[in-house]
Amino acid sequence: MIESEWIIGLFGGLMIGTAGSIFLLVNGRILGPSGILGGLLDGSGRANKTERISFILGLIIAAAIVAQIMGRATTGITSDLLIVIAAGILVGLGSRMANGCIGGHSVCGISRFSPRGITATVIYVLVGGASVFVFRHLLEVI
Amino acid sequence: MQNLIAFISGLLGGAGLVVSGMTNTKTIQGWLDFTGNWDPTLAFVLTGALIPMAIAWRIAKRRSTAVLGETTPVFPDKKVDPNLILGSVLFGIGWGLAGICPGPALASITFGGVGGLVFLAAMAGGVIVAPPLKLRFSVV
Repeated sequence: MIESEWIIGLFGGLMIGTAGSIFLLVNGRILGPSGILGGLLDGSGRANKTERISFILGLIIAAAIVAQIMGRATTGITSDLLIVIAAGILVGLGSRMANGCIGGHSVCGISRFSPRGITATVIYVLVGGASVFVFRHLLEVI
Repeated sequence: MQNLIAFISGLLGGAGLVVSGMTNTKTIQGWLDFTGNWDPTLAFVLTGALIPMAIAWRIAKRRSTAVLGETTPVFPDKKVDPNLILGSVLFGIGWGLAGICPGPALASITFGGVGGLVFLAAMAGGVIVAPPLKLRFSVV
């Protein structure tokens, strides 16, 4: 049985992939949010700072508008701030060590059959699954 | 011009993240909850994203430069290294814990509430402390 959420998800994915394609073919850049933001935070992306900021502004503006239209203006993130802080540090540190996140490794990496992208994605899903299992089902904190 | 394209690409990506459900932490945690009420939506999202990207890479490989003149990033396939593995493990733990990753976290800044802002601040902290840790790790 195919649920409508899945079809909408597929459509949203096509939008993300098209955004990545434009960024790659026109600007010659990888659509990787952790890299785009990371370069701004640690100064390594000073040379194309405006390009990075333009991308992030576009991301925020469109997401804000579409979230309003679709009635999805919430992320449902846990109110337990200790968990939020721990998760944020892990995601930031991990994506910078691995040199990419879902955008860079899973979308841009797998699509060109990069061993690094495939490895990173498999680890994300396996460890993410283990994380949900431990914190939701064993410890029951999320 | 590059800034305008980056902005347009951001707009399309930001809209796509909301449409696909990536900004919903419940969808992400549902996808990772293999022993619970598993939600396969993310597999559809990734499939959708990979189709245009795979075509784009095929085109990029035949050209030496992007439309606006930058060199197309055709990376030499760097080997899987300890930094990639350890980084991905840390990322996976955090991704499962909160159900959000950098793109959606940024995109949802206007509606993610206090939790979203705290996540972003903590994520920025993680990004900043990463390089020295990485350097040390790669020496080992």
